[in-house]
Amino acid sequence: MSFTRLAISGLAICAASAAGAQSRDQVQVAGSSTVLPYAAIVAEAFGENTDFPTPVVESGGSSAGLKRFCEGVGENTIDIANASRQIRDGEREVCAANGVTDIVEVRIGYDGIVFASQQSGPAFTEFEPSDWYLAMAAEIPGEDGTMAANPNVTWADVRDGLPEVGIAAFIPGTKHGTREVFEEKVLLVGCEETGAMERMMAAGMDEDAAEDACMSVRSDGRAVDIDGDYTETLARIDSNPEGVGVFGLAFYENNTDKLKVATMGGVAPSTETIASGEYPVSRPLFFYIKKAHIGVIPGLKEFATFFVADELAGPSGPLAQYGLVSDPELAATQAAVADETVMN
Amino acid sequence: MTDATASGAPATAPANSLMAPDARTARRNAAEKRFRAYGLGAIAVAFGALVVLLLSILSNGLGAFTQAKLSFPVTLQAEQVAEAEGALLKTSAYKAMLQEALAAYLAEQGTDVDAEVAISLLSDEAAATLREFALANADRYGEPVPFTILANGRIDGFFKGRVTYESAELDRNVSPEQLRAAESLRDAGVLTAGFNWSFITAPDASDNRVEAAGLGVAMLGSLYMMLVVLVLALPIGVAASIYLEEFAPQNRLTDLIEVNISNLAAVPSIVFGILGLAIFINWAGLPQSAPIVGGLVLTLMTLPTIIIATRAALKAVPPSIRDAALGLGASKMQSVFHHVLPLAMPGILTGTIIGLAQALGETAPLLLIGMVAFVREYPDAPPEGLFDPASALPVQIYNWTQRADPGFFERASGAIIVLLLFLLVMNLTAIFLRRRFERRW
Repeated sequence: MSFTRLAISGLAICAASAAGAQSRDQVQVAGSSTVLPYAAIVAEAFGENTDFPTPVVESGGSSAGLKRFCEGVGENTIDIANASRQIRDGEREVCAANGVTDIVEVRIGYDGIVFASQQSGPAFTEFEPSDWYLAMAAEIPGEDGTMAANPNVTWADVRDGLPEVGIAAFIPGTKHGTREVFEEKVLLVGCEETGAMERMMAAGMDEDAAEDACMSVRSDGRAVDIDGDYTETLARIDSNPEGVGVFGLAFYENNTDKLKVATMGGVAPSTETIASGEYPVSRPLFFYIKKAHIGVIPGLKEFATFFVADELAGPSGPLAQYGLVSDPELAATQAAVADETVMN
Repeated sequence: MTDATASGAPATAPANSLMAPDARTARRNAAEKRFRAYGLGAIAVAFGALVVLLLSILSNGLGAFTQAKLSFPVTLQAEQVAEAEGALLKTSAYKAMLQEALAAYLAEQGTDVDAEVAISLLSDEAAATLREFALANADRYGEPVPFTILANGRIDGFFKGRVTYESAELDRNVSPEQLRAAESLRDAGVLTAGFNWSFITAPDASDNRVEAAGLGVAMLGSLYMMLVVLVLALPIGVAASIYLEEFAPQNRLTDLIEVNISNLAAVPSIVFGILGLAIFINWAGLPQSAPIVGGLVLTLMTLPTIIIATRAALKAVPPSIRDAALGLGASKMQSVFHHVLPLAMPGILTGTIIGLAQALGETAPLLLIGMVAFVREYPDAPPEGLFDPASALPVQIYNWTQRADPGFFERASGAIIVLLLFLLVMNLTAIFLRRRFERRW
């Protein structure tokens, strides 16, 4: 075995010296699986429309992508990290510690999160954030603020007018960026709307504890965490006619023949209602550029400029066609990319 | 009392007879019959599972091998091309040219298909095809050039039964009107379905163009990785086994090595991915997403399999062969390389092929070294190409199953069929080698 090890390290070193002579000529991107399809569409168009090679786009999640982004500067680190949330301070500290100091933040647009059920299933057509809070919460405070396990078993228990079928919700697992949005923009809002939060705080909870209680999801099997992607959620909905699932708008738009979508707070999700801010559950999508790589990796700045161009990220571009809600402030983003404005 | 029993015994028939089994024999025979039934049942379950798996893959995936296409002539104009090349998104200008050409062709043919609807049947990929042609063939401007253009994924799905008039009513990406137009274009002979070569040769495509996605880059990547594995794992594995089996002394150290090799063979493959990331990428500075790194990681994973198979093959060669060679004055090395190794070769090759087949289907270690990626550029020819980004067959399947467009599910099943065919060929080769060349003593 020692011989084997030696031989392999020897070969690896030979290979490394061979690789050292050759510099990387394509942009490397990694990160959020929500941003992946958009990045792939742009990468493909970039390869077709310019003389640069098509960038390589990996998925793996926002956190994993940012972690690799922050590993350091150099050809065997990635140039761009896709993220479905903003970079955290902790991540920027890691970045800075590894020499990645100048980061350009680019917001490409917004992604809506929709609530959909099987096309031929019960009539889930209208939801309020409070419905989701009452259906999903682990514990709900009583009139006096004492916490009791969630008693709601069917959607009709939650609110009259919802179908009388058992609660079976397929929500994104905790490793997804989508889960954070679901908790903050649906569960927490619902908690406040129903007055549950007020009652908890009146009963002596501090604000943080009350927020945590609002966002903790029941674990009796009525709320199912999906750690895979939306195709898994769709498969669950397919086999469970009474189930309701949480999807990205783009995924829903590609599967409108199988899914029917519910309104949230009376607003139907669409690129228009999300852009105008009427539809409440949406989030910005970002990518981050390592400034030190601009000018070193050929095509990096061109790719970023191409990504946010009106022809691509604008309201009539291919990204919007796939389901991206284009950013009303795209011009500012374009200017920031052109000037390579770094985060402070 | 004793008298009565003693005298009664001979009157009855003998308790044991070969013709009439006694209770114990009957029980033993019944047990054997039951065991056989269990065995048959086990095989039936395994076979049934295989049939269900294959049927579901074939029924979902065979569609990927045919593709609807539209054929019509396009006349390129030099000034149109020049104007298109001035834009940022050049392909959109080419798309307009294609649409114009199709509308003109339909008007000329006198079909009743609405041109507006007909142009919406074209794939987005078409514009890129046209641009490539226009840049490469400046001498053919001004004359009508026949083009065969992919129809978009939903229209393609319509001819495969995936999209129906009912589903199109609800689907935002296709309308019944488009389906009707597609049907009349098919009757007019403009739209035809044929074998989908580009599924085998084309690179991956983005989520907007399921119809253009192919396995070309993934197959090249897998091929390169298998080359690396073969070139490294076979000599290293065989050398290690010959040394351990024929030359190494039997002591604690070699026992320890043996235990470790068996252990390594059972280590989950993701662990090799972590090792690969730490050693080959972070320490040795090899590029990410490159088949060389994938190949090195898979080499580490395959080595124990090859060493174990090779040692078993060497052990199976009877000692009399070695003794005879040594007795005739051959050196130890001559006896090994002239006599033992050739006799063990079929076993070694079988083990290697099975190891390769295992490596071919592996995804987990590739996750960490950046090969689970969207790659559209073909890698160059080896050896330089080993350092270019590439994908791999199982990775492509994994990627496609995650995409939103339902057409990718069909592509993923199609890719599984291709992967299964490769595995089948490799395993058949292994069986053939064993049957053809193996010697029994």
